[in-house]
Amino acid sequence: MNWINAIVQGVFLGGLYALFACGLSLIFGVMRIINLAHGDLAVAGAFGVWVVATRAHLSPFIALLPVLPVMLLLGFTLHRTVLARSLRSGPLTPLLTTFGLAIVIQNALLQVFSPDVHSLGSLTGSVSTGSWRLTSQLSVPYLGVLILAVAIIVLGTLQFTLQHTAFGREMRATAQDPETAGLVGVPASLVYARATAIAVATAALAGTFLAIHSTFDPSSGPTQLIFAFEAVVIGGLGSIWGTLFGGIVLGIAQTIGATVDPQYSILAGHLVFLVVLASPRGRFMAARSATP
Amino acid sequence: MNPLLQVDNLVACYGLLQAVRRVSLSVAEGEVLALVGANGAGKSTLLRTIAGVHPVTDGTIHFDGTNITRVPSHHRVAAGLALVPEGRKLFPEMTVEENLLVAARRARPGPWTVDTVLTAFPMLRPLLGKPAAVLSGGEQQTAAIARALMTNPRVLLLDEVSLGLAPVAVKSVYESLHKLIRDGATLVIVEQDLQRALSVADRVVCMLEGRVVLQSVTQAVTREQVTEAFFGLSRVSTSSAKTEPSLGQQT
Repeated sequence: MNWINAIVQGVFLGGLYALFACGLSLIFGVMRIINLAHGDLAVAGAFGVWVVATRAHLSPFIALLPVLPVMLLLGFTLHRTVLARSLRSGPLTPLLTTFGLAIVIQNALLQVFSPDVHSLGSLTGSVSTGSWRLTSQLSVPYLGVLILAVAIIVLGTLQFTLQHTAFGREMRATAQDPETAGLVGVPASLVYARATAIAVATAALAGTFLAIHSTFDPSSGPTQLIFAFEAVVIGGLGSIWGTLFGGIVLGIAQTIGATVDPQYSILAGHLVFLVVLASPRGRFMAARSATP
Repeated sequence: MNPLLQVDNLVACYGLLQAVRRVSLSVAEGEVLALVGANGAGKSTLLRTIAGVHPVTDGTIHFDGTNITRVPSHHRVAAGLALVPEGRKLFPEMTVEENLLVAARRARPGPWTVDTVLTAFPMLRPLLGKPAAVLSGGEQQTAAIARALMTNPRVLLLDEVSLGLAPVAVKSVYESLHKLIRDGATLVIVEQDLQRALSVADRVVCMLEGRVVLQSVTQAVTREQVTEAFFGLSRVSTSSAKTEPSLGQQT
């Protein structure tokens, strides 16, 4: 029963990781940039929600509504001002740029909010603490179900948009061949800016759920980035449903690791990631990304 | 009448190598221009520079009287300038239909829609749902031309129309082109196959080592004269005697 419980909790945790990972996957899929500031942008979004929620005495779910458009705009501006320039000077520059951006965001948050640990859990009431008890040893937390549902809705909407709308077709065309996309009239830089906007908004959404689920502080970003990155690699680069699968595999690995011994939780996740990386599929991915 | 496309003293480089050296040419509305020359003569670079996907080092490009030298490629498409790139360059993971639709989204208003394109190229109809990557070379070339037409271009630039295609596929692609030409399309065709190029073109421009070495109305030039310019056989005689009548305005 203990194991079943671990798997169930792992699936819910995986929903959160998938939500973190989908923006990372989108930016990588469309622009071939690994956004090292993704986790920090998520934490910045969580702080944004925290500020609105505490100042205006709102539920974090309501506070998300004004924060998400701001994060969309921030992502769009971020691409137009910083990423577009760095993209022009080769594949290494964007990596360094986002690394620098991560440090800037962390220190700015530290300056404004101090290193104190915050949580949004206390502001959401029974949503973050309640659960359905199925048996004496198995319970299903409200928040876990909510996060998994939001993850499925966000990833599903993203997948549908990419596959079935004109907006998504332009994004896929630009991802496959930006030069030829320009030759059929698609402004690649606008498509890139939109992808960044969506990615930053989903990061903020994920950061907010992290903040409700547990705690966060200005230095929480890099850990979440690593989990998101692992979820993306386990699920297969550039695949939306694969990202959900990867997040869930990572979540289950961590909760099973924790069941064996609490200190193995994170380690178990890393081990699964390394196994995937060493498998034939991981070697295939490495070979594919090495050839432009 | 002003030419629709006017290129003046265009220079384009790969690093230190000048691939296009002070090329000037013009294309009038309804004209079919064949651009011929050996490998490495700079034809593809010239077309890519005109389409806006290769940087201009020097010189100007005017389209319908507007200077577009520094305009990004997607704005040139919106103005009515489309390129079918060398190697077709369909979006491989998208279906043929999606390839057409992606070009239609920001197209100029005009006669070409998915329906009219399929009427003009009926061979594409059964392929609509297939990923572009699984098409044969000839099918890809037709789809690439159809995709470019979806933007309703006023000038269509076609790079290496028959390169790498089976003879039967070349024939079918040229049948499609003949149809376009009969309807009054303005085309610039880069072609290795001299016979094919001369059969469709009103005017022929031959490039050698980045320069235009021959520019003439197709009727006024023989295949032998073009071949000579093509391989640079008459270069010694032209530099010594400028009286060679077959060599048009040398730039």
